[in-house]
Amino acid sequence: MSAKIELAEVDKRFAGGVEAVQALSIAIEPGQFVSLLGPSGCGKSTVLRLVAGLERPTAGQVRVDGLAVGTREAAISYVFQDPTLMPWASAEDNVALPLRIKRIARAPAREQARQALAGVGLADRARALPAQLSGGMKMRVSIARALITRPDALLLDEPFAALDEITRHRLNDELLALWAEQGPTALFVTHSVFEAVYLSQRVLVMSGQPGRLVADLTVDLPYPRAAVLRLQPQFLQHCRRVTDALERDRLPAGAGRP
Amino acid sequence: MTRWRAAVLVPAAAGLAALAAWEALVRLRGIPPYILPAPSLILRTLWDNLDSLLVSWLYTIKITFGALLLALAGGVVLAAAFALSRTLELALFPFAIALQVTPIVAIAPLILIYVDSTTASLLICAFIVAFFPVLSNTLIGLRSADPNLQDLLTLYGATRWQRLRWLLAPSALPYLIAGLKISGGLALIGAVVAEFAAGAAGRETGLASRILEASFRTEIPKMYAALTLVALTGVAIYLASNALSRALLGRWHPSERL
Repeated sequence: MSAKIELAEVDKRFAGGVEAVQALSIAIEPGQFVSLLGPSGCGKSTVLRLVAGLERPTAGQVRVDGLAVGTREAAISYVFQDPTLMPWASAEDNVALPLRIKRIARAPAREQARQALAGVGLADRARALPAQLSGGMKMRVSIARALITRPDALLLDEPFAALDEITRHRLNDELLALWAEQGPTALFVTHSVFEAVYLSQRVLVMSGQPGRLVADLTVDLPYPRAAVLRLQPQFLQHCRRVTDALERDRLPAGAGRP
Repeated sequence: MTRWRAAVLVPAAAGLAALAAWEALVRLRGIPPYILPAPSLILRTLWDNLDSLLVSWLYTIKITFGALLLALAGGVVLAAAFALSRTLELALFPFAIALQVTPIVAIAPLILIYVDSTTASLLICAFIVAFFPVLSNTLIGLRSADPNLQDLLTLYGATRWQRLRWLLAPSALPYLIAGLKISGGLALIGAVVAEFAAGAAGRETGLASRILEASFRTEIPKMYAALTLVALTGVAIYLASNALSRALLGRWHPSERL
């Protein structure tokens, strides 16, 4: 099966000389849930922006469905670290935005938006403005907006980083349920080892600046995953492998472990 | 409720107290009306000259609101054009600044020579004073849309027009309103100052002409009466723009949240 998302020897240098990503090659199978893990400023977000076509690579190729990014409109959705909602628009109008841009009339777009909001447990808050919602609710609205176009690739840029742990765990489960239901390829950026292992089938570990791939680890834990998994030895074992990969990169070559 | 009552009662009480002190000062010191008329005399003068003053007042209001509407339309259209074309902005913005920084009393005589109709020249003068805050504020507003939302619209393939409608216009609205609050007062100042520069010429004349006339005849109470109407107009414009701001932004913008 050909890869859904593919980066081949990608370099990205920003104006001013900052090298965000270096010689990065990744291939992600359709329907896979993959996490991209690394320290702050390692170029994780840049990878997402490259896949979304919001940045162009300095060298190398970024392909979605085997085609270079930007050659045709791909069904990609993006969830930002901030909920990124329009503060003047209700939850349902925020969720309906992608449909309205696709020239779907207001009434049917709102109807679909309400269904999508029901899917994230916000059926009764459709008319609320973002300022009237909690952080977790805003993020649910953001996810509902991302999924309303039924994307076949979902890019998530540390969406839960600003949330408290209880809300974060809850949203992890909700995200997995929605992913199982709709089946998009998911590329999830995080700096939490536990979150990466809990959610994904594969964890890609990136090094600090410039971002390079230092490990590609498979997480062979069965789905559906539930909260109790976080306490089980095989889960912790996977976390350990990921942490080791991060640490190995951090230590200078030849240095012993403390 | 108490908040609202305080917001009305406190300034009203302070205003009445100031007027009472003024009245008392004039009466106790026996200050002659050609130096400082008492508020009661100003009120009586206003009443006695109501017919001629009302006609002039309406004329000043007409110039002020005409200029404000032109400033709003011109400022918004120009700002939208600048936001769409950097070249246009580079080419035309210096003219806007030059118009803004040149004192209107210095330009007014020229405009009065070039333009036949006094009303039209007064409108142009007041417009020149009033339009810059709308232009510059709206331009800043159009530029300060959430960059993540900008990316989102790019991702969904929004056209320029859709971007303007769904993101830029609502983002710019609070800035436009802030500009309008400044421009409202400036339009009145422009209308009065331009009329001073024009002198009491023409068939129709505004409050500035009444003030000039009264000063030629050293009718100090009448000067105060006309001045009172100018001040009341300014306060009314301020209150109206605040009400507009509350109506348009009250639901979602932090500037209007109590």
